[in-house]
Amino acid sequence: MTLHTTHIDWFGLAPVFALIGASFFALLCAVLVPRAVRRIAAASIAGAGFAAGIVLAVWLYVDSAHGHTIVSGAFYRDRWTALGQVILCAVGLATTLLGVEHVPGWGRNAEPERRDDHVAEFFALLLASAAGMVFFVGAANLMVLFLSLEWFSIALYVMCAIDYDLEGSLEAGLKYLIVGSFGAATLLFGSALVYGATGTISFAGIADKVAAQGLTGDSFLVLGLALIVAGLGFKMSAAPFHMWTPDVYEGAPTTVTAWMSSATKVAALLLTFRLMTTAFPHDEHLWSWAFAIVATASLAIGNLAALVQRNVKRILAYSSISHAGFMLIALSAGSALGGRALMYYLVPYTAMAFGSFAVVAARERELGVPVTLENLAGFGWERPFLGVAMWFFMFGFAGLPLGGGFVGKFYVLAAAYRHGWVWLVIVGVLATLVSLYYYLGIVRAMYMRPAEELQVQAGSVAVSGGAPPQETLLHLAVGAAFLVSFGSLFAVQPLIDFAQHAASALPL
Amino acid sequence: MNASSLTSILIWLPIAGALLIWLLPLSRYATGSLALLFSLAEVGFWIEQAARFDFSGSGLQMGERANWFGDLGVSYHVGVYGFSLWLVGLTVVAMAACTGYGFWVGRDRPRAYFGLMLLLTGATVGVFEAQDLLVFYAFFEAMLIPLYVLIGVWGGARRMEATIKFVIYTMAGSLLMLAAIIVYGLKAGTFDLVDGPASASRWLFLGFMFAFVIKAPLFPFHGWLPDAYREAPPEVSAVLSGVIAKAGLYGMLRIAIAKFPDPTSFYRTTVLALAAAALVYGSLLAFRSRDFRGVVAYSSLAQSGLIALGLFAGTDLGFDGAVLQMVAHGLISTSLFLIAGAVERRTTTGEFRLLGGMARGRPALATLLMTVGVISLAVPGSASFAGEFLILAGVFQRAWWWSVIGASGIVLAAMYMLRLISAVLHEARGSTVVDEALDLRPGELALLVPLVGVLLALSVWPAGISHHSFFGQSPASAVRSQFR
Repeated sequence: MTLHTTHIDWFGLAPVFALIGASFFALLCAVLVPRAVRRIAAASIAGAGFAAGIVLAVWLYVDSAHGHTIVSGAFYRDRWTALGQVILCAVGLATTLLGVEHVPGWGRNAEPERRDDHVAEFFALLLASAAGMVFFVGAANLMVLFLSLEWFSIALYVMCAIDYDLEGSLEAGLKYLIVGSFGAATLLFGSALVYGATGTISFAGIADKVAAQGLTGDSFLVLGLALIVAGLGFKMSAAPFHMWTPDVYEGAPTTVTAWMSSATKVAALLLTFRLMTTAFPHDEHLWSWAFAIVATASLAIGNLAALVQRNVKRILAYSSISHAGFMLIALSAGSALGGRALMYYLVPYTAMAFGSFAVVAARERELGVPVTLENLAGFGWERPFLGVAMWFFMFGFAGLPLGGGFVGKFYVLAAAYRHGWVWLVIVGVLATLVSLYYYLGIVRAMYMRPAEELQVQAGSVAVSGGAPPQETLLHLAVGAAFLVSFGSLFAVQPLIDFAQHAASALPL
Repeated sequence: MNASSLTSILIWLPIAGALLIWLLPLSRYATGSLALLFSLAEVGFWIEQAARFDFSGSGLQMGERANWFGDLGVSYHVGVYGFSLWLVGLTVVAMAACTGYGFWVGRDRPRAYFGLMLLLTGATVGVFEAQDLLVFYAFFEAMLIPLYVLIGVWGGARRMEATIKFVIYTMAGSLLMLAAIIVYGLKAGTFDLVDGPASASRWLFLGFMFAFVIKAPLFPFHGWLPDAYREAPPEVSAVLSGVIAKAGLYGMLRIAIAKFPDPTSFYRTTVLALAAAALVYGSLLAFRSRDFRGVVAYSSLAQSGLIALGLFAGTDLGFDGAVLQMVAHGLISTSLFLIAGAVERRTTTGEFRLLGGMARGRPALATLLMTVGVISLAVPGSASFAGEFLILAGVFQRAWWWSVIGASGIVLAAMYMLRLISAVLHEARGSTVVDEALDLRPGELALLVPLVGVLLALSVWPAGISHHSFFGQSPASAVRSQFR
């Protein structure tokens, strides 16, 4: 009797291993490296890990023109995966830059000498969650899907709560844990039903079985599909599965929020697009309607709820819900154009989402209290670069032609129209109109009110005085986000070509 | 230099200037000078463009096309027609005067201010030169960004409400236009304005028109206008009414009327009625206004109505008159708002009950206001007389009663403009008019005299524009051929 071992294409998994390896070394830092240099050592390892991830993912992109599965059909090595991995690693690199100067664990009550206690663990967790996401986008069967989802989620739960001196951070971690576990359980249950109906867990296998056995509309399958959609809806924070988002985004350390709001969405949306088009092409009439409705709900709830918020992180959280809605429009179109639109949209979106939270982090550090529309007053004039960047991100979010957000919206709406859904175009347009009010509200708060209106309660401000801290790396990260979102307005054709090659890996 | 690169230079030069001003840590004086230099260079490039323009040739001239994203048929395509050439000229001249005014009064935070003014110049020129729908839309929206900040930061006390109203109104219109653009472009397979086919869809026509009637504005879409024109700094009001409003009217001509011939004739009476309503209602409101800027603001509403009347008359005379009147009114209202700014700086108010008697001892101010006012009320021989006469003659060919309404608007114009002139210059001396309030200074004269000079030149030779807007052929047939 011979034992068959699977042939493993190690190179296809290289970005995952690069990140896990870096995570391992970052964790070693926590115990081996003296506290004085721990922060810089761990951050360097993280930076190197993400840089290696980018290089390897680009290499894989170039080298995987003909997509195929590896590791016994468990993982896709194709351009859709590779491009998603590039975006994820780039966001990770930016988060590392932000993390150096805004290390979570700098609880506002923590004593200075304890500040760097858990800095290495933070970077280890960041790398681990990135590794999970990088694995997640390439999942080719329901088992890998669930495992990698849990993998990055567990890392994120801890990251949310890493500021354990703060009630808000603990609350965010716990909330995310409970709601996230519920979402994961829903997904698992759905997967089990789909497996029960088709007898396979491979994405492509499900589609084959459904076609071969005429299972379209089978009640087990449909219920399973619905539960999977719901489970993934939690991760991409689409309404009505969004309830955790504002609380968690508000409570989590801002660096973590920046990471979650950009990277988790990339992973969840790319995976969902692949899962739906690969495993359930025969039920497209069901899931495209489901996603159209979820998109409409997200746009409505995200935008309307954001109108009444005063806390900037909450506003941005609701804005991320509404952008999930926009990207779901592309998903619901389920076409090659939709795939391109989604891939393109993610580039400026991640840059703007990350960048705007990074700016909030800078203000938060300056004031020592949560950033609200009131205490944002005068920020634009005090810190011109960050102010202009935020101004730019807000107009970009609103879809004004100042950055790639404009072209992204155009593509998404074009995909909806090509799918024959003029009503969805109108919904998108109306949502954009509503969103203007709160995006401009942030601009108004930054520029159009004098700094004397600053309403910070006495005693709560960190007594520092003088110039704001020199945050070179934060500026670098914001500048990179700025360049990406600005550049994507002009470099549409190359980005669309990449996205097109990526989407051609999907069975559309 | 290649003639067609002038088209792109006119768009991108001021935008490059804006970036330069934001990046260089220059002093207040140096920043203002640099901005003024850029806007004057812009005028120079436009003169060069006009000199090289072939007024007898037909079709798009000095076109430039580059790929933007091919899979949906969107390209960066710019170029000029006769009428867009004149509107670009209006833009660069008015923007140069307004930038100069900002420099003269010494706006706070000069780098932000002048950068935004230059950005606005580039975006507005882009609107008039764009030959691709998405490029047009991008510039149309891009105008809003600097305007929002210019009003919101440098505006008057009630600027918050003004900006919110302005943005929500205009964005509501333009987002519907975006939906219409997507549908039109994907159906046609191209977003190109020159190659794009005519469409018979009434919905699409309405989508486009909605954006344009708000921007112009026409009755009843003018809700944003009084607040925005009163709260903005005077030079921004001047740009808004002189130039930005023309972008809406230009859009009607270039896109709505040219690309949607059937819906245009279907909705002709409706649009004409709205235009006539804007003309009469705007004139009445202007007559009832209690302040300088209110009169000019509502008279802009009336003038937009008059121009739309000419455009939707659909006749040769109407089109010629509308283009001429767009330029003439643009110059008039820019000058009037700048004079309003000069008066407000001297007296701290624009309210008529506090003004009066400013002519005594201030001959330059009196002469300029008088000249512009008289041109504006369309005395025979003035540029706006030529424009309005052509429009009325054009719309008369449609039906006689439209020109009766139009003529009543002109009578009303005489009433409100003479009231404005007498309330500011004559009558008893107002309580805020002190002896220390000097006549116009050389700096202000340097801005206003050229504007008025151009107006007088146009009055002498209105055919310079009205016979040079639609290349050789008759305007109506140029429109019918969709400017191919």
